[in-house]
Amino acid sequence: MSTTIQNISLSGRKKEVSHKEMSFLESLYLVAIVKGLWITIRHFFRKKVTIHYPEQVRQMSPVYRGQHMLKRDEQGRENCTACGLCALSCPAEAITMKAAERKADEKHLYREEKYAEIYEINMLRCIFCGLCEEACPKDAIYLTTSKVLVPSNYEREDFIFGKDKLVMPLEMAMKNAQLKNAN
Amino acid sequence: MKVTIDGQSIEVEPGTTILQAARMIGGELVPPAMCYYSKLKGSGGKCRCCLVEVSKGSEADPRPMPKLMASCVTGCMDGMEVNSKSSPRVEEARKSVTEFLLINHPLDCPVCDQAGECDLQNLSFEHGNPKSRFIEEKRTFEPEDIGPNIQLHMNRCILCQRCVQVADQLTDNRVHGVMDRGDHANISTCISKAIDNEFSGNMIDVCPVGALTDKTFRFKSRVWFNKPYNAHRDCDKCCGKTTVWMFGGEIQRVTGRKDVYHEVEEFICNGCRFDHKNVEDWTIEGPREFEKDSVINQNNYTQKLEKVEIATEKLILEGRDKDHKKISMAEIDYNEKIDGNLIDSKKNG
Repeated sequence: MSTTIQNISLSGRKKEVSHKEMSFLESLYLVAIVKGLWITIRHFFRKKVTIHYPEQVRQMSPVYRGQHMLKRDEQGRENCTACGLCALSCPAEAITMKAAERKADEKHLYREEKYAEIYEINMLRCIFCGLCEEACPKDAIYLTTSKVLVPSNYEREDFIFGKDKLVMPLEMAMKNAQLKNAN
Repeated sequence: MKVTIDGQSIEVEPGTTILQAARMIGGELVPPAMCYYSKLKGSGGKCRCCLVEVSKGSEADPRPMPKLMASCVTGCMDGMEVNSKSSPRVEEARKSVTEFLLINHPLDCPVCDQAGECDLQNLSFEHGNPKSRFIEEKRTFEPEDIGPNIQLHMNRCILCQRCVQVADQLTDNRVHGVMDRGDHANISTCISKAIDNEFSGNMIDVCPVGALTDKTFRFKSRVWFNKPYNAHRDCDKCCGKTTVWMFGGEIQRVTGRKDVYHEVEEFICNGCRFDHKNVEDWTIEGPREFEKDSVINQNNYTQKLEKVEIATEKLILEGRDKDHKKISMAEIDYNEKIDGNLIDSKKNG
């Protein structure tokens, strides 16, 4: 028997379609409808995959990395000394900084004798890998759990975050110090 | 005379020290040196970093030396056999020496301008303990101003006395030396007199740590963000051959050319070092080579970089001109933000 290429099932799942006439019971579609409804009804009693956002919020991953923050210590002084290790470790080369020397009357502002006069993160380049946080020897830069990664904007320059957007607000530093003292 | 160091033999002249012989062989067996400086007479023998084990004194007297020897001041003997890196005793001793050197050394590498080209940093990376066992308070000194060009951080000093030898041998009337004794010993200019000799800037280059740093470069940049170029100029006081450290098109620092052991090839004058920071003053020969594992290698470019020209519209390749300004910090006047407002540091604090 010679088999032509059309008759070979390449996937192995070829089925002959029958053109059999439906019986009376089948032509009422009653059984088929009940069968289909059963599948639908069964799903009512299953565990739901959605949640009632925003009343309910899903749990964050413990390694979630949000927007950066330059920390202050308990006395409200900036931790960053502009050592440049975050910029060095940054694979996206998003961080630039300019160091300056602390003046005698700025001791309450900066922890070490050197501080970052300019600290900029280009959020268009940042990939939120967290290597800057790992490299930081002074516990200064942290990736927060803030859900807003980068707010939308129109100008490219608005995505370059300076110290005004990155440094921890003074109220937060005070609150942290209070919490630490309370514990 | 034949000397064998870590199994490698070399013929040397009489009067060569073990460290010099090891440097002739080169490679991993070269002992680290914090105080020895081949260009300075009488240096060495102070830091004890270069300790080696002499397992055979000489052909005539083959007994091993009972104690570890400082290789920078121990002369070679014929048939001497030395163990440097291969000896666990030496490794242990270097580890202890490193720990002692770090006892009074502050942990301020993030602030220090020497970080990235610091011999003590390299030494402790190789031999040091990641944890300090020292719980007492570190010795501190009052900050002292020793002139407009050189910054002295006495806290960081390890008392190698290289700078004193520079003052002794390069400058005619020495105005700076070691004061006091023991734990109080410190480098000073005696009566806080400014060092104004024409070659005093070489103290910065010979200092293995960040105790003497360039005031004109203070906090300007980190070492690894600068690119070193060989450059020269006509100078009537010194050879004029230097390394210029550039950030973009700006010369931020001028130093002597340092070899693999971080010793300058030729000493340069203060005029070249501190006063000539314009690119027009220098003939730039080309980029310097540096060690493969150097932190400077982060911005690696050992070949001359030439801009690739592609026949495409400029906008597609480089973007709009107005977007350039903040990407390159060189263009920025640091006293002004892009929006034209002066930075008010108190606003954030």
